[in-house]
Amino acid sequence: MAEALSEHDVVPARIDIDEPRRGSSWLHYIGMKAGGAAVSLVMVIVLGFFAFRILPGDPVRSLADGRQVTAEQMDILRRQYGLDQPLLGQFWRYLTDLFQGKLGDSYTYNRPVMELIGDRIGPTLLLTGTAALLSVFLGLWLGQRAAWRRGSAFDKTQTGLALFFWSVPTFWLGLLMLLIFAGGLRWFPTGGMMTAGTTETGLALAVDVGRHMVLPVLTMVAVVYAQYLMVMRASLLEEMSADYLVTARAKGLREDDVRRRHAVPNAMLPTVTLIFLTLGGLVGGAVTVETVFSWPGLGYLTFQALSAPDFPLLQGTFVVFSSIVIIMNFFADIVYRILDPRLRAS
Amino acid sequence: MSSKNTQTSPAPSAPDPGTVPARSRNVAAARRAAQARETWKEFSRNKAGITGLAILLAVIALALLAPVLAPASTLDVTQLTSPQNDPPSAANPLGTDPSGRSVLALLIWGARVSLLVGFAATAVSMVIGTLMGMAAGHFTGATQAILMRVIDFFLVVPGLVLAIVLSSIIGAGVTTIVVAIGITSWAGTARVVRAQTLTVESRPYIERSWALGASDAHIIGKHVLPAVMPLVLANTTLTVGSAIIAESTLSFLGLGDPSSISWGSMLKTALDTGAATGGFWWYVLPPGLAIVVVVLSFTLVGRAVESVINPTLRGR
Repeated sequence: MAEALSEHDVVPARIDIDEPRRGSSWLHYIGMKAGGAAVSLVMVIVLGFFAFRILPGDPVRSLADGRQVTAEQMDILRRQYGLDQPLLGQFWRYLTDLFQGKLGDSYTYNRPVMELIGDRIGPTLLLTGTAALLSVFLGLWLGQRAAWRRGSAFDKTQTGLALFFWSVPTFWLGLLMLLIFAGGLRWFPTGGMMTAGTTETGLALAVDVGRHMVLPVLTMVAVVYAQYLMVMRASLLEEMSADYLVTARAKGLREDDVRRRHAVPNAMLPTVTLIFLTLGGLVGGAVTVETVFSWPGLGYLTFQALSAPDFPLLQGTFVVFSSIVIIMNFFADIVYRILDPRLRAS
Repeated sequence: MSSKNTQTSPAPSAPDPGTVPARSRNVAAARRAAQARETWKEFSRNKAGITGLAILLAVIALALLAPVLAPASTLDVTQLTSPQNDPPSAANPLGTDPSGRSVLALLIWGARVSLLVGFAATAVSMVIGTLMGMAAGHFTGATQAILMRVIDFFLVVPGLVLAIVLSSIIGAGVTTIVVAIGITSWAGTARVVRAQTLTVESRPYIERSWALGASDAHIIGKHVLPAVMPLVLANTTLTVGSAIIAESTLSFLGLGDPSSISWGSMLKTALDTGAATGGFWWYVLPPGLAIVVVVLSFTLVGRAVESVINPTLRGR
């Protein structure tokens, strides 16, 4: 959960023993990775369906929760959502619908799940994208500085801060931000993506959205950059004793150049892989941060689906979230191969 | 490596257990004890690790003493005399919550659920991770291919979203949270354990064991398991921290048992009642700080254990 659950997962160093041999052809490599990603996608789709069908409870009963319904009304509801069909028939409908880009209808919104997700995916990408970019730059920059001056006051402060942020639950940090900057100082709005009922357009709207973004983005960055810092620091330390750095110094290069042009490029490899591997965690962060700041994204939608509970919607967000992460991981594998010249030479 | 010790013990298929010289058992036990002392000496040299351990022991003691320190009646809403959302005072050192209960008492009781779930979920995760990792490293062919795919799937899929799906299916509750965290967090351990299993199984004493007719179960149980245990142990301390954060996150999202008090459920109440935007800092700060302190301690202990086991990490 843990890790491995949430963004706090302890990510193990990637040890790929079954990785194709060095210099094996591009086609073989991409084929293998694409095959793996495809299997994972199929597992997500199958799990997304059967997880919600093997549950002991009756979805219709939870749908009618708290209301008085007659047996006839329950039958009508069942027919409406296709729950009276045999399981395999339902699965077949789910598959054919999926290939047409349909994920069923939400119980609470009475709208197609795909439409709801389409409305919410933009804000999530805006929020997590901004936070991820900032975290990567901040984490890598601070990480290499800390490693280069290992044991210095700067290193100790940075590592200590990173360990602290690593141990902070994202949602609590969000609550603190709300408490200090929205509740106490009233510098920033308490939630949402724009002022309710705003009629602004263009630049004024962008400024309004920007103001609403500050607190959620800060919250996500604080938790995520810490991991990148630790990884960057560790992989640079790995390179520090390498012979080629002695050579670089012997050539008379300035210390900054030794770091930037020789040590860092080599230390980047494991770091880049780990950054992509933590993308799944970023999604977990989106759920809690969006919930705290009522940011109208996929994460908040997941929370709403969970509180209803709205099973088709929850199933939809699970399938979409997981697919995004699996596809991103596939791209990561390709980027990794492009970055590592040792794997490229054939 | 403790695995060397197992060489002295015979295969379980030995016809008569009485033929085992008692002396060789004693030697093995003594060697293990000596190694444990050595490990402890190395660990106690790590200041951060010792600090973390001391804090954890203190928190566990507080959690165990909860009924004495804060009798259950102080949390009974019908017997309360304090006002609601009262700031810290002499009677309530950390103020009161939206129902007028003492935040300090809630905090002490919350430690029980948070720690319990943290340990239980980690145990589930470690058992699945170790078994899957050893199996994926030991077996070959189709079995291995399938196991690897399953591990990869759980490594890639966003854990929190999967945990939400699982717990909304099983229904809110403490057991649900333990199961959900356990099932979604074992893949990392499995990967590390698998790598270690491959290293161990390439050593000559495994070949000797095969030649003597050892079964899969014997090789895994007697040779591989002792060799991967130190690694699993270091992973465990780090995982408990993540599990506690995961517990608080799932409780915060409303997946916990509504009647049990945990640090996560306290923060959920804080959000639901608008304590953050209302400025009731005494209800927002303590549960979060408690989580941070405990998780940080587990991380420090975990890093110390790791550096004892893996000497190349020392001085980082």
